[in-house]
Amino acid sequence: MASLKERIEQGLAKVRGGFGQKLAGLFTGGRRIGEDFYEELEETLIAADVGVQLATDSVEYLRKKARETRASETGQLKDLLRQHFLETLERPIVAPSASQGGAASGEPLALAAAPPTVYLIVGVNGTGKTTTIAKLAARIKVHRQSVLLAAGDTFRAAAAEQLGIWADRVGVPMIRHQEGADPAAVAFDAISAAKARKTDIVIVDTAGRLHTKVNLMEELKKVHRVVAREVPGAPQEVLLVVDATTGQNAVQQAKLFKEAVGVTGVVLTKMDGTAKGGVAIAVAGEVGLPVKYVGLGESVEDLVPFDAKAFVQALVP
Amino acid sequence: MFFQNLAARLEETFKRLRGRGKLTEADVNEALREVRMALLEADVNFKVVKDFTARVKEKAIGGNVMESLTPGQQVIKIVHEELTELMGGQSARLSLGNAIPAAIMMVGLQGSGKTTSAAKLAAHLRKQGRHPLLVACDPYRPAAMEQLRVLGKQLNIPVYLPPAVAAAAAAGGVAVMAPTAPAGVTAVPPDPVRTAREGLEHARAGGHDVAIIDTAGRLHVDDELMAELTRIKEAVKPQEVLLVVDAMAGQDALNVAESFNQRVGIDGLVMTKLDSDARGGAALSARSVTGRPIKFVGVGEKLDALEAFHPERMASRILGMGDVLSLIEKAEEALDVKKAEEMQKKLLSAQFTLEDFLEQLKQVRKMGPLDQVLGMIPGLGNLKKLGGLQVDEKELVKAEAMINSMTLKERRTPEIIDGSRRQRIARGSGTSVQDVNRLLRQFDETKKMLKRFAGLEKGLRKGKGGRFPFPMD
Repeated sequence: MASLKERIEQGLAKVRGGFGQKLAGLFTGGRRIGEDFYEELEETLIAADVGVQLATDSVEYLRKKARETRASETGQLKDLLRQHFLETLERPIVAPSASQGGAASGEPLALAAAPPTVYLIVGVNGTGKTTTIAKLAARIKVHRQSVLLAAGDTFRAAAAEQLGIWADRVGVPMIRHQEGADPAAVAFDAISAAKARKTDIVIVDTAGRLHTKVNLMEELKKVHRVVAREVPGAPQEVLLVVDATTGQNAVQQAKLFKEAVGVTGVVLTKMDGTAKGGVAIAVAGEVGLPVKYVGLGESVEDLVPFDAKAFVQALVP
Repeated sequence: MFFQNLAARLEETFKRLRGRGKLTEADVNEALREVRMALLEADVNFKVVKDFTARVKEKAIGGNVMESLTPGQQVIKIVHEELTELMGGQSARLSLGNAIPAAIMMVGLQGSGKTTSAAKLAAHLRKQGRHPLLVACDPYRPAAMEQLRVLGKQLNIPVYLPPAVAAAAAAGGVAVMAPTAPAGVTAVPPDPVRTAREGLEHARAGGHDVAIIDTAGRLHVDDELMAELTRIKEAVKPQEVLLVVDAMAGQDALNVAESFNQRVGIDGLVMTKLDSDARGGAALSARSVTGRPIKFVGVGEKLDALEAFHPERMASRILGMGDVLSLIEKAEEALDVKKAEEMQKKLLSAQFTLEDFLEQLKQVRKMGPLDQVLGMIPGLGNLKKLGGLQVDEKELVKAEAMINSMTLKERRTPEIIDGSRRQRIARGSGTSVQDVNRLLRQFDETKKMLKRFAGLEKGLRKGKGGRFPFPMD
């Protein structure tokens, strides 16, 4: 298996090639700091989906720093921009508390003091929740912990089949109901099964839903309530799966899902396809949610823990 | 509600403009700064934004102010025209030609909504009297073909599956196929090019006049899969290649659309997930970089939630003028014409009673999610912001129960509903007095709103010569 570092680097190659390269051009060659530099920088940041607000703020920040340090060449501002992004990305990260078992799983995820631990996976339609769950299950299995999947997407045609195929491939059991069943009931059954089988971790899939649909968000809250009732302290993590190609709406998604079910972290998928990654900074900065994983491809090993430093390094080479 | 934010934003900008007598260059610049911000926040690609604001500026400052218009109206007119232009001018239809069967190919990134859109499109075409066949050409995503099969079954529209998959489905299982063939999986995925060709054959033999080919999601940077799309296209020679674009997509949508258009060649766009609060600017970028029109928009999870795209109406909507025409069209589908006209009149006359409110609630529920319908009424985009009408379906049921518990007199003259009446209504409908209070408040607010738009509507009818229904001075 390729090393983690290689994997991240491969996946981020395109980020570097697109956004990164442009930024590198801005910062090299002893270029003088001038209005056109700031303008170009702002544009480049906006093109990376960091959002107008954050782009403007970043430029203002650099402007101020440049005045303070009397910098004259753009290269002098590179580390400052890196640091600025890094701080934004790392601000929301809090270490999993010891009482929750810390990150003993080897994953950047909280564990229950006593099993089962429950992770709830949420997001809008088409972001890659089901695939992410398969990848996550495969990762957890490596740590010799048992996993049970709950096919909580009872709405979309063949969603349970899709998860079922993944469960077979990864080699983990799955609990499912009929299409149209109550997803909270699926979660309930999965947790009961996990208790009976002494399974370590339950991952609950949910149907993709737009954060603006009141009734669907209520349904999600119910799943959350049932999980919390069945296992004290659960769900230990609620992961919002965000498509990296999403624009500013990702911020809105994060806000509303957090409000509804207390999202604890973000999984940024499809990072191999887009030349940008700015949405991560926007979500971290504006909603205070840490990015926990990045999806870098279609195979099972292509989910890696988010490394803010490597990410920023790749963005601003 | 889509574009609500952009509409609100522009409205805010132009409110400032409206207050002035004459339009100076500084005014235009200020307005365009806001327009630029709004468009960027709406995820319109920055290059498109740059181009757009430059064009508007040129026309606003350099152009003549028409005699009949105030300078403020003039800027709105230009922004409106340019926005319409940006979205494609005329509304575009599918052009399937005379080929029998015609072929439509759906392409796009993973998760953009190809499979659902394919099914919706099939239902849409059937409504127009055609006999569609769905062809499942995504052998990679687990259970993608099964998804299309189930959707076809729900719609009662036949789906062509490759023989191996069809056999597995008939046996009650799902054929296992793998994109990158992880360990332990040996089944060879059916060749999508062959499936597409066979699907078209099947359509011909089965008397279908149109085949809709659902392809696998792929990245625009994936050479191998993009080449496969080209081969499918060569094999079936589709009349329409539709690129499915997620309304929530960001700046990169421009590059995605450009790649698909260059590598495969597309004829039109389908914007999905427009029932979200995404502003959908990315789709506008996709449209302007490919030069291909947006032909359909997906506005919900139900299989009839596919609508034709109307650029000129959308531009009006962005400017906060609403979409009265779409409303009528939608109403006509669900109700008979006469009722629709009546309702339209009542909606705009501001003279409606709680009785009408109830009737309207019932009809509106038939037309689909309330937030969509409301979004089409001028300015009602602001309702949510005002905390006015709740768009929750459950609330609707409650409201109906409360109105049903009122006497006829109460429904016609809500002013007479005092404390003891409120208590009786609450008891009768199994709700609380607070609920009744809220309903009456909402009704009041809606009525006020409608009063405003009744004025607008009159202006709109008169305003064919380029006048705008805003109270501008």
